[in-house]
Amino acid sequence: MKPSPFAYTAPSSLDEALAVLAEVGDDAKVLAGGQSLLPILSMRLAAPAHLVDINRISELAYVRVEDGGVRVGALARHVDVERSTEAHTVLPLLRQALQLVAHPVIRNRGTTVGSLAHADPSGEMTAVLALTGGSVEVVSSTGTRTVPAAEFFLGPLESAVAGGELAVSAHFPSFPERTGTAFVEVARRHGDYAMCGVAAAVTLDADGAVVSARAGYISVGPTPVLLDLTAAVSGASVTAADWAAAGELAQSQTEPEADIHATADYRRHLVGVLTARALAEAAGRAA
Amino acid sequence: MSTEARSTPGTADSDARHDVQLTVNGVPRGACVPARRLLSDFLRHDLRLTGTHVGCEHGVCGACTVLLDGAPVRSCLLLAVTVSGHEVTTVEGLGGPDDMHPVQQAFQECHGLQCGFCTPGFLTTAAAYLEENPDPTEDEAREAISGNLCRCTGYQNIVASVLRAAAITRDRQATFGHDTPGVSRPKVAGRPDEGGTTAGAGAGA
Ligand SMILES: Cc1cc2nc3c(=O)[nH]c(=O)nc-3n(C[C@H](O)[C@H](O)[C@H](O)COP(=O)(O)OP(=O)(O)OC[C@H]3O[C@@H](n4cnc5c(N)ncnc54)[C@H](O)[C@@H]3O)c2cc1C
Ligand code: FES
Ligand code: FES
Repeated sequence: MKPSPFAYTAPSSLDEALAVLAEVGDDAKVLAGGQSLLPILSMRLAAPAHLVDINRISELAYVRVEDGGVRVGALARHVDVERSTEAHTVLPLLRQALQLVAHPVIRNRGTTVGSLAHADPSGEMTAVLALTGGSVEVVSSTGTRTVPAAEFFLGPLESAVAGGELAVSAHFPSFPERTGTAFVEVARRHGDYAMCGVAAAVTLDADGAVVSARAGYISVGPTPVLLDLTAAVSGASVTAADWAAAGELAQSQTEPEADIHATADYRRHLVGVLTARALAEAAGRAA
Repeated sequence: MSTEARSTPGTADSDARHDVQLTVNGVPRGACVPARRLLSDFLRHDLRLTGTHVGCEHGVCGACTVLLDGAPVRSCLLLAVTVSGHEVTTVEGLGGPDDMHPVQQAFQECHGLQCGFCTPGFLTTAAAYLEENPDPTEDEAREAISGNLCRCTGYQNIVASVLRAAAITRDRQATFGHDTPGVSRPKVAGRPDEGGTTAGAGAGA
């Protein structure tokens, strides 16, 4: 099917975009990479009266190392973030996660900030924002607010970005020293949305003992789920830690639901297995 | 281009038509279309370049893949008006019967197609991939095409074709001492009625 008709504006600066959004706000949709929005329009799941296309606002196309982390502008494509050596150096989790986001051809066009604004609880970058304790900068003609990850995802496909607002960047803080990270998931086919995915960060002390083990989950709740699993492995060395116990702890704290892709039981099984796998992999990188 | 492809906020109406100007396979092409025109339809209906196929129209099958400024993208997930001012390479721009691109020759030699519906997407995807990774392993070749669906071949011959295309490129380079026609230098090609010969600068023949 084809999208239904809409009015279209392609501002070339942020100021211009905010002025347009202030005017058409509630009836408008922002068009970034279009890799989620175009299917929605073509399937007529949405029929906005107005599309505000941000693809010409080149000032938003950046990936920067900033404030002890990585700041990603609204027009940075997934591929730009994935390939940035600077970003990879300070926060390897970005690339680890992005390689699991769809296929390379989709990543050439889709934006990382767009996937956060889209707030699909199966989107890998939602868990990365949650696990890093990151935030999204949201701007409107009346001001700027910085929304922390914990307040950004309100429900499935519902983010804190309101009508008339633009998410202009996301900030992903890097982890403390001696932290390793990993992203593992199981999808029906490579590149599909995962039935369950786990972003993990493990921090060791100077003697190699675990001081922190945390994980962010996709596809197991209406928003990304963040768990502190340190209790199960605290003080253990990387080789002696009982990662499976951490997996069981995670299972006891998540309540995945069934859908056409997987049953709730299978998802719970994946939470256990993938938690252990992700934490062990992350710990290996911390050592 | 941005000013042309824009309607004034207050007066914006959904029937407005937008002047879309692209460089397609090296040739400047344009048409006046509604904002909701997908790039895939713009190429097929407005420019009559029917080499680009439309399967699912929601980003899943890959049949509509074209190169936007050299990088593969789904043309069904782009509005034509969004990419006004940019360069697009379609399967027609890779090469024709007399000067096939290495991936085209390889798909022919290795029976990388049966009905051919998915083929334009595989060709554009593989051509761009081989520019970045000219010597893939079998696993890498399989990964490179993992975003494209084919209902006929079972993929074995497609993977073989990608590997064969890499070998053909190397052979042509060894024989002719320079690159074969590549996606980064789109040739003059396109509509037959433009008489665009498909032999362009850098052709390896
Ligand atoms: C076949 C296929 C497979 C995919 N698989 C995955 C996957 O496995 N994992 C995954 O995470 N994603 C996947 N995606 C989605 C992809 O990552 C999208 O790029 C991403 O979800 C949305 O980014 P976008 O830039 O394309 O946003 P768009 O599609 O342009 O927009 C999506 C939504 O966010 C809003 N929006 C976008 N940017 C902003 C902004 N700056 N400010 C305010 N609102 C904004 C839009 O209004 C819209 O509602 C897949 C897509 C396809 C087609
Ligand atoms: S038609 Fe575009 S991906 Fe299927
Ligand atoms: S050859 Fe028929 S779908 Fe691929």
